[in-house]
Amino acid sequence: MTRFNWFNATTLTLGFAFLYLPIILLMIYSFNESRLVTVWAGFSTKWYQSVFSNESFMNAAWVTLRVGFISASLATVLGTMAALVLNRAGSFKGKTLFTGMIYATMVMPEVITGLSLLLLFVSLDFTRGFWTVTLAHITFSMCYATVVISARLVTFERSMEEAALDLGCTRFSAFMQITLPIIFPAILAAWLLAFTLSLDDLVIASFASGPGATTLPMKIYSQVRIGVSPEINALSSILIAVVAFGVVTASLITKQAHAKRMKEEQQAHSST
Amino acid sequence: METLVSTQPVSDFAPWNNPGEVPLVHFDGVTKKFGDFTAIENLSLNIYEREFFALLGPSGCGKTTMMRMLAGFEHPTKGNILLGQGNLQEAPPHKRPVNMMFQSYALFPHMNVEQNIGFGLKQDKTPKAEIKRRVEEMLSLVQLEPFAKRKPHQLSGGQKQRVALARSLAKKPKLLLLDEPLGALDRKLREQTQFELMNIQEQLGLTFVIVTHDQEEAMTVASRIAVMDHGKIVQVATPAEIYEYPNSRYSADFLGDVNIIEGRTDISTGETASLYWSDEEAPLTVSTSLRLPAQTTAWLAVRPEKLRISKDKPPTSDNCIQGKVWDIGYTGNISTYHVKVSNGSILKAQVSNQERLADRPITWEDTVFVHWDKGAGVFLET
Repeated sequence: MTRFNWFNATTLTLGFAFLYLPIILLMIYSFNESRLVTVWAGFSTKWYQSVFSNESFMNAAWVTLRVGFISASLATVLGTMAALVLNRAGSFKGKTLFTGMIYATMVMPEVITGLSLLLLFVSLDFTRGFWTVTLAHITFSMCYATVVISARLVTFERSMEEAALDLGCTRFSAFMQITLPIIFPAILAAWLLAFTLSLDDLVIASFASGPGATTLPMKIYSQVRIGVSPEINALSSILIAVVAFGVVTASLITKQAHAKRMKEEQQAHSST
Repeated sequence: METLVSTQPVSDFAPWNNPGEVPLVHFDGVTKKFGDFTAIENLSLNIYEREFFALLGPSGCGKTTMMRMLAGFEHPTKGNILLGQGNLQEAPPHKRPVNMMFQSYALFPHMNVEQNIGFGLKQDKTPKAEIKRRVEEMLSLVQLEPFAKRKPHQLSGGQKQRVALARSLAKKPKLLLLDEPLGALDRKLREQTQFELMNIQEQLGLTFVIVTHDQEEAMTVASRIAVMDHGKIVQVATPAEIYEYPNSRYSADFLGDVNIIEGRTDISTGETASLYWSDEEAPLTVSTSLRLPAQTTAWLAVRPEKLRISKDKPPTSDNCIQGKVWDIGYTGNISTYHVKVSNGSILKAQVSNQERLADRPITWEDTVFVHWDKGAGVFLET
């Protein structure tokens, strides 16, 4: 353990302040009585009430959740399939090209992805709205899902699948009974990542969306352009609280499961 | 080096000597290529029912490929593999009456011991009650009843190995394949498990094929051993036959310790042959039915424990070479004397240590005589 000293304390404080001061300020002002964002006029929760009674916010939230859920689910299915092919197909001609093409969308500027999708939808004469946003989100989040699941498959022991085949499974049932349950945590992680990316996205949604399909980030952005209201602060604080709760719970569960497993493994080895 | 001889009754179990016996497994001119690399080359081999057959060789010799072809994970490029009367060629892994125990055990981490063992039966839609009965039978066979509800990560290495064995036996396969089954266990546990494997094989009356690179393991468990090198079988015989009558320098060297003396032949009568190994010394005599033309290069292989060593020249001996003690390897029960002879090569002679250390008469730099009978070694042309 490093002893306490002034240098460490200062660095730590400055570092965390840099990361979290803006967010803390936002949360504090969401409880501000005043309509003016920068002037403190006493504690109040009225902006939270007003968020929940604001129908356009609620609509946007509902659209965002649906887009996120559908796009994350489909992106995870496609990502799993892509990861399986890239890991299992051995080396075929053009494999490097295919791998590169899947990952390329990760580094592509969002504006370009958004613009190209817009051009595609226009030239195919799609009516822009809920489904075009969902399609766009599947497109850009699929590569992230592929990366997460590929990373798991690299360490997956193929002999477990072979053992299942040997014991009477067809290839498909070996995948369903053995591979899928074992890599399930990675698939879940990929889904959560895709879902979060979809919740966060503003740029691509702005290009791909149409009337009646405004997502929450789009709504917030358009409100802020008119002027920052304490309602937005309240809404953002809710989002932060939800995400923070999710992350903390997930890490606590993982940590406990790991500790339990370590303990059990130790017992197994000492009781040979 | 222990010279373990198979504990199976050698005399009454030898189907390979009976020409009328139909083999359980028949490799017929099998070749397997991976791209340009030939893993197995035109290989033919018979394995009989109730055999404990070992494929022995260094890594890369093709033994694992042969096993994977039996399991159905690889297919021969040329030739056929027959199981009983049926051709295995077309059958996918899940339709073969063959099960495999994997080197890594490949236990399913999300299932407990019971579910792992019952997995194969469940795939065949066996009734629940029957699965339960078979699983219990298997658990008692490998003595793991108290661990039925544990997950694989809650087991020690030896317990995992036994679960893997039980799982591969649960479907009563005609043929069980074992891929380096004891490789991950420590020495003590490995020796104990070897005998357990043999007991289980005898008890169930099954045919086992084991792949191993450990010659002691192969000699302990196997009824017959196939010594492999670069995709070919060098020799197939019982452990004792391979040890006592290797057919080549490769087999002699792979199983146990051996002295190999190179020389030129002189006369071979069909009963004995002479080998000139040094310009200054008398030729060596060896019993053999081989007839080689004079002046051919040939080798004499003789095991270290068959050489005798003494300070005085023995009065009568078929072969006797004078030398100097170069080194002594002491392993407790046995001392190995490394004797340097006139042409500079080293002969190893093993003496079992029946007397205490202080009483041993021969020590470093002593001039000694190494001698052996003409029947003690084997005359080899390759």
